[in-house]
Amino acid sequence: MNLFKQVRFALPFILFLFIVILLMRGLSLHPNQIPSPLMNKPAPTFSNDFKGHVTLLNVWATWCSACAEEHDFLLQLAREKEVILMGLNYKDNPKAAIRWLKQQGNPYQLVAYDPTGQIGIDWGVYGTPETFIIDKKGIIRYKQLGPLTQEVWEQTLKPLIQQLQNESL
Amino acid sequence: MKKILFFLLLLPSIASAVQDYYHFDSLKEQNRFNALTSQLRCLVCQNQNLAESNAPLANDLRNQVYEKIQQGQSDQTIIDYLVARYGDFILYQPPMNVMTIGLWFGPFLLLILGLGGLIFYIKKRE
Repeated sequence: MNLFKQVRFALPFILFLFIVILLMRGLSLHPNQIPSPLMNKPAPTFSNDFKGHVTLLNVWATWCSACAEEHDFLLQLAREKEVILMGLNYKDNPKAAIRWLKQQGNPYQLVAYDPTGQIGIDWGVYGTPETFIIDKKGIIRYKQLGPLTQEVWEQTLKPLIQQLQNESL
Repeated sequence: MKKILFFLLLLPSIASAVQDYYHFDSLKEQNRFNALTSQLRCLVCQNQNLAESNAPLANDLRNQVYEKIQQGQSDQTIIDYLVARYGDFILYQPPMNVMTIGLWFGPFLLLILGLGGLIFYIKKRE
C-alpha cells in the first residue's frame, strides 16, 4: 500500500507516456496501404501468361500522375531484364494509352486492357499505380502500392524476385 | 447563419442524387442496396462508405453491388465477393478473428480496469 502511494503521483505521467507511444506509432503507419487478401493466392486472371517465369504486373493509366513518375524506372527495369514486365492498362482511353507508350517508351512485354475496371476489381486494385509480383506457378507473392522507385526495388522487389527465380516450377 | 442553413438544406438532395441513378423493381431491393453500400467502405477515401463516396472506384463498386442485386445474389454472396478482392478492410464492421480480437474486447478490458480502479479507490476512502 505504501508503494502504491509512492508511485501514485507518477500514474498520470505513465499514462501520458503510454498515449505518446501509441500516437508516435500511429504517425508511422500507412492506413492507405491495405493488405491484399489475394496474397499467396493464384492470380485471378491471365493465369496462362504467368506460367514458368516470374512476372511483374504493373497497373497503370495515362490519367495517373504517379504512374508517369515511375515510368522511367519501369523502362530501366525493362532494359535490365531481370523479370518479365506486364502492364494492365486500367480504365483508360486506348488511343491515349497507345500514344503514351509510343511517345514515352513501352517497358511491357505484354499489356492487357481493362476499360471498365472489372479486371482491376478482380485484382483488388484501388489506387494506381499498383505492382504485383507473380511467381512461376502464377501465385501472387507481393503487392506494391504507389510508384516503383530505386529504393523499393533494391530493398524489397529485387531480393524477392531473385528468390522466386530460384524456386523450382 | 443563413448561408449555413442553406447548405444544410442542400445535403439531403446530394444524398438522394446518388440513389436516383439506380432503378429498382421493389422497395426491398432498394433497401438492400442502401444497406449494403452504407456498410461497405470506400477504399480510396477511407472514412466514407460506398453510398457517400464520389471516387471512381466507389462508383464502380456501387455498380457491382447494384448488378449483383439485380442478378438475385444474396447480401452475403455480394459481401464475400468484395471481401475476397479487398479484404475485411472493406467492411465497416470487422469480423471477429485473431487480428481484430483487441478491437472487439479491448474497450471492455479498459472498462473493467477502470471500474476496478474506481472500486479500489472508493473502498480505500471508506
